[in-house]
Amino acid sequence: MSKLTIIHGMVWRFGNHVDTDQIIPAERLTSDNNDRLGTFVFEKIRPGMASSIGKGDIIVAGRNFGCGSSREHAPRALLQAGVGCIVAESYARIFYRNSINVGLLPVECEIVADEGDKLSIDFIRGKIANETNGKEWQFAIFPAFVQELIEKGGLMAKIKEARKCTK
Amino acid sequence: MASTKGKTISEKILSRKSATDAHAGEIVEAEIDYVMVNDVTGPLAFQEFESLGCKPVKDKIVLVPDHFVPNKDIASAEQAAEMRRFAKKWNISQYFEVGRGGVCHQVMIDEGFVAPGRLIVGADSHTCTYGALNAFATGIGSTEAAACFAEGKLWFKVPESIKVRLTGHLRKYVSGKDLVIKLITEIGVEGANYKTLEFTGRGLAFFPVADRLTVSNMAIEAGAKAGIFPADSDTMHFLQGMTKGKFERVDADRNASYISSLEYDLGQLDPMVALPYLPENGKPVSEVDVPIDQAFLGSCTNGRIEDLRIAAEIMKGKKVAKDVRMIIVPASTKVFRQADEEGLIVEFVKAGAFVSGPTCAACLGGHMGVLAKGEKCVSTTNRNFIGRMGHKESEVYLASPAVVAASAIAGRIVAPPEAGT
Repeated sequence: MSKLTIIHGMVWRFGNHVDTDQIIPAERLTSDNNDRLGTFVFEKIRPGMASSIGKGDIIVAGRNFGCGSSREHAPRALLQAGVGCIVAESYARIFYRNSINVGLLPVECEIVADEGDKLSIDFIRGKIANETNGKEWQFAIFPAFVQELIEKGGLMAKIKEARKCTK
Repeated sequence: MASTKGKTISEKILSRKSATDAHAGEIVEAEIDYVMVNDVTGPLAFQEFESLGCKPVKDKIVLVPDHFVPNKDIASAEQAAEMRRFAKKWNISQYFEVGRGGVCHQVMIDEGFVAPGRLIVGADSHTCTYGALNAFATGIGSTEAAACFAEGKLWFKVPESIKVRLTGHLRKYVSGKDLVIKLITEIGVEGANYKTLEFTGRGLAFFPVADRLTVSNMAIEAGAKAGIFPADSDTMHFLQGMTKGKFERVDADRNASYISSLEYDLGQLDPMVALPYLPENGKPVSEVDVPIDQAFLGSCTNGRIEDLRIAAEIMKGKKVAKDVRMIIVPASTKVFRQADEEGLIVEFVKAGAFVSGPTCAACLGGHMGVLAKGEKCVSTTNRNFIGRMGHKESEVYLASPAVVAASAIAGRIVAPPEAGT
């Protein structure tokens, strides 16, 4: 089944330049936390948010989401917390690549949405609908190379397929 | 096939390493020279790599524990042990143990992995530091590092480049840190997102390699994929006797195309400080008046011997202010030893500073200088994000080694009186 379908979720609203230290602080980056990274998301700037995120919720942010450290723990933490997708005006480069490699979809689009709004995102047609305020937007679907990576399940899955790995 | 269209340094290195005629915007698969991981990003990479069930391209792998070592607690001890086990299991000799390494980027330079024309990736965003030595180097994630362990190559989108022309001479106690804070303040923390900052101009002849390393290091703070300098006689002198293997320097073509250009007269720069909570909040030091609790000198940005020399010169015979802790962490064992031989360490200790062996330390709030609620630190590091060095209500002010040393003495953020003369 294609990973690029239609998803629905509730909005968590953020501003510009959300850095990876905010998403998950450095002091949480030890291997014993690898399976519970989600419990620490945004703990310094929005305490309690991690336990309130519903499965498939959507983070809507401004420019340069995920700037700063290359820590892949950031998109992994968001995924583990239940975040289904991110919609931001723009992304920091390393975070964007890391997200795709771990299976978190970064949509690049400027939309109008408040905390708690309901969104639907159609990855086939490149359409976002805010079901709360009734507005709609078009976004550029991922380039073919990135779509292939997503559909195969990320970079490791692509390598496994190419190498015919047994594991 | 030779291209008629001129190329930037980034386009040339990625063309050569992918054996294609690559231009900005294209996606290439390129052979990497080295892939580096640290103790924070390494374990995830090891886990992903082991899932493939194949052998690593071990000559290209460099392992450097630096973030939470010497082990700050049991969790970080376990993590550092994972890296040690991985090195042993696959017989990877390029592993740098505590006491024989330091901050990963300085180790990469000291040990000669970095050289002109090379393509180097690292699971640490400040991997872009090596651009100062004419390499194309960029930060990647752990999964991509795992892919490099297996394949020795990775996909890259060839970046567009912004040309940054430098003219003039730096004045006393004004440095690369002041240039890069000013540049980030002007173009913003995403001003070079996905792009290369390519430096050029007559000013390079008077812009030392140590300052170039600081500038390339912080290219990521403007979102850049790389920050690249041409290789000149200073580069060659710096690398003498240090580099492993052969290399070939890369110059941009005269008719290369750039997306935009910037120009800085080094002689017009003032000592700068970037206020919380973004590196783009730069101001001349003369415009701020901030009392400090801590002064930190170190990191991959400014923990080199040249940085320590400047600080020692300013601090010699003086005392760190009564209410200030000054923490000095040379970036590598090589730097530490050199500083010791030059008598700098004893000067720092006599001034009342705390000096430690090399590690990332307080830079990312890991250990050795974590800030309490409400505390303010002037620091030679690279990020002043919310909670970066500790409590979410602590504050980090980014500045040069000269400003950090003068501030430690004064107890508030100041430039040395001789600055700019």
